[in-house]
Amino acid sequence: MNGYGGKILRVNLTTGKITKEQTPADVARDFIGGRGFGAYFLYKEVPQGADPLGPDNKLIISSGPMSGLMIPGAGKCDFTTKSPLTGGYASASMGGHFTAEIKYAGLDSIILEGISPKPVYLFINDDKIELRDAKEFWGMGTISVEKQFKDKLGEEYQVAVIGPGGENVVPYACINHDFGRQAGRGGVGAVMGVKKVKAIVIHGTKSIPVSDTTAYRQAGKALYKACKDASFLAEWTRYGTTVVTSWCDEVGALPTRNFSAGSFEDGKNLYGSVMRDKIVITDKGCFGCPSPCGKYSRSKKYSSYVEGPEYETIGLMGSNLGISDIEAVAQANLLADDAGLDTISAGNAIGWAMECYENGIFTKTDTDGVDLRFGNVEATFELIGKISRKEGLGALLSEGVKKASQKIGKGSEKFAIHVKGMEQSAYATHNATAMLLAYMTCDVGAHHNRAWAITYDLQVGRDLVVPEKVARVIWLQNFRPMFDVLGGCRLQWVELGIDRDLYIPALEAITGIHRTWVDYEKVGERIWNLTRMFWARENNGFGRSWDLPAPRFYEEAPKSGATKGQITKIEDVHRLLDMYYEQRGWNKDGMPTPERLSALNLAELVA
Amino acid sequence: MQLYVDSTKCSGCNACRVACSLNLFGESNPKKSALVIKPHFPVPGVYEVKVCTQCGDCAAVCPEEAIKLNSKGAWYVDFDQCNLCEACVPECPEDVMFVRVELANAAWKCDLCGDCVDMCGTSALWIEEKETAGV
Repeated sequence: MNGYGGKILRVNLTTGKITKEQTPADVARDFIGGRGFGAYFLYKEVPQGADPLGPDNKLIISSGPMSGLMIPGAGKCDFTTKSPLTGGYASASMGGHFTAEIKYAGLDSIILEGISPKPVYLFINDDKIELRDAKEFWGMGTISVEKQFKDKLGEEYQVAVIGPGGENVVPYACINHDFGRQAGRGGVGAVMGVKKVKAIVIHGTKSIPVSDTTAYRQAGKALYKACKDASFLAEWTRYGTTVVTSWCDEVGALPTRNFSAGSFEDGKNLYGSVMRDKIVITDKGCFGCPSPCGKYSRSKKYSSYVEGPEYETIGLMGSNLGISDIEAVAQANLLADDAGLDTISAGNAIGWAMECYENGIFTKTDTDGVDLRFGNVEATFELIGKISRKEGLGALLSEGVKKASQKIGKGSEKFAIHVKGMEQSAYATHNATAMLLAYMTCDVGAHHNRAWAITYDLQVGRDLVVPEKVARVIWLQNFRPMFDVLGGCRLQWVELGIDRDLYIPALEAITGIHRTWVDYEKVGERIWNLTRMFWARENNGFGRSWDLPAPRFYEEAPKSGATKGQITKIEDVHRLLDMYYEQRGWNKDGMPTPERLSALNLAELVA
Repeated sequence: MQLYVDSTKCSGCNACRVACSLNLFGESNPKKSALVIKPHFPVPGVYEVKVCTQCGDCAAVCPEEAIKLNSKGAWYVDFDQCNLCEACVPECPEDVMFVRVELANAAWKCDLCGDCVDMCGTSALWIEEKETAGV
């Protein structure tokens, strides 16, 4: 199949059996690849009620038809599983060079099944595929393990590895790659850890077949030219995602002290310009990227090197913890990366604990004797390690803010900032209704990347609750994740503003199939509805109440900053949902109607 | 003319290498490209890029005279004449002369097509007359 590696690799960890099958043409037609393959295989193959940490759950790792080809940003890899954090659908996207290598090894997806009796790593060198003993690596940090594999096997091998967080099955453990790229969210690293897979190392030398080489080369060149001609290229490349830090602070979107406000009085010390001048040494790109947002940094203060911090980490491990030293944030980032923890969820968990301490819900008896006030850098470093080892207060925080707050009670549920059990990423949404709706309805929980609607809020009026806003969120949710389906990056479109129609001839030349963006968006809608059905299948009583945001955003206005005194009314939260469900073709409780499922060719799959 | 690189500007994305393989072989496969990117991570956190300087040392030792000059003044491998003897490989001062029999049935090297330069988003690569280049 043009544009594809051509095979699905299945690794049964319980039996050690490794098999390959043809990538099914009908699945490629209806779900295309990447996140689409993940959603399809998850729904079809993971039995209803499967324990996320049991042998029936699977970890589905997929490239897409863009991956590894001459398309800007063709380096995104999808990791899909039933989430141990939320009990629902998890899909985490990882940049770097791993997804390209999957294709060069002649594969499209790697499906890990069962549970290995002992620590192993999966070794792939083209058609030589083996499970190997990982005893010597078990217990080690991600950076050291990746370095050892690179030294031993060479730079052409790509490595995805879990840290102690994944080994100890922290439900928000991540998977690390390329010394700083992560499949971060939803606990994909915990699933890999419970399966006892320390790492996947992969090397491929195969060329990816395309339908029309001349047209593909021409269309690929046009895409790169558009990126290089973009007026924002230089600034974007200089700051990467941290380009938004100052803007978020100014408009009240920068999570501050556990999302109690959206502006940080010391925020200036965390801005992209400060970080660039102080610590950034190298721009680091994912595969095929002409606009590398990765910033590789060196902290003199801590004598350490780390990729990042990204904006999300600055928000959650900086301002959200009352920390204003960019070098401290970089160090916290490094500790979390090495331990294999998602910085977004970990930052939320620590922020929640700090708030519990400041308002007397926790005393030093609960915090292992630590003065856990906002701004305590050393305590933050300490807690990252404790969470990864499930030790002391870290054991509670490792459960995520939803479960931790349910255990502790005393009103702490009100400032547990999550949707569906997934901690919110770094946009404070007290008064940004489209972004709030995006978080409420995101398919994995409170994550931003499906519909990054906050700039739209500011454009059209942040407190407006109108059908147009809802329509915008839905369109973004159908369109943006298509990049995760195609195995590429959305940021050339989002940040450089290149014409999305430039992708169409490139994709046609690669796959030989003509599709417009309307066609792709329909696939996006199909996947969105399928994952919604997965949530409902796996969770009794799933529906509207699961889509509600953290009470902080409708009950408790910030006392300072750009959004001081501003809040979204609970009536407006429900109006947003009413409009959203109606426009999606869902019923009043937020479930897809049989008619909608039929129209999306999903009726048979979900029957 | 010669291909130049400023490694400090390289972000390791490999777009240049895919473009190179597409030019040389009509395939998308960075293992079949004529540039090398060596990442040095986690410390010191930099990329090192190796490119052909068109020094001609490879051509000088080729027993088949399969490495020839093209209209751009670049040495290229005439695939039909290469006998895979590998005499050229150790002569290359930059390690960018390739023979990998499992991948291709001829040696390959940079022919100065310029596609790598076109793909590079960070302007780490450029082509210039040898005598005027300011590196």
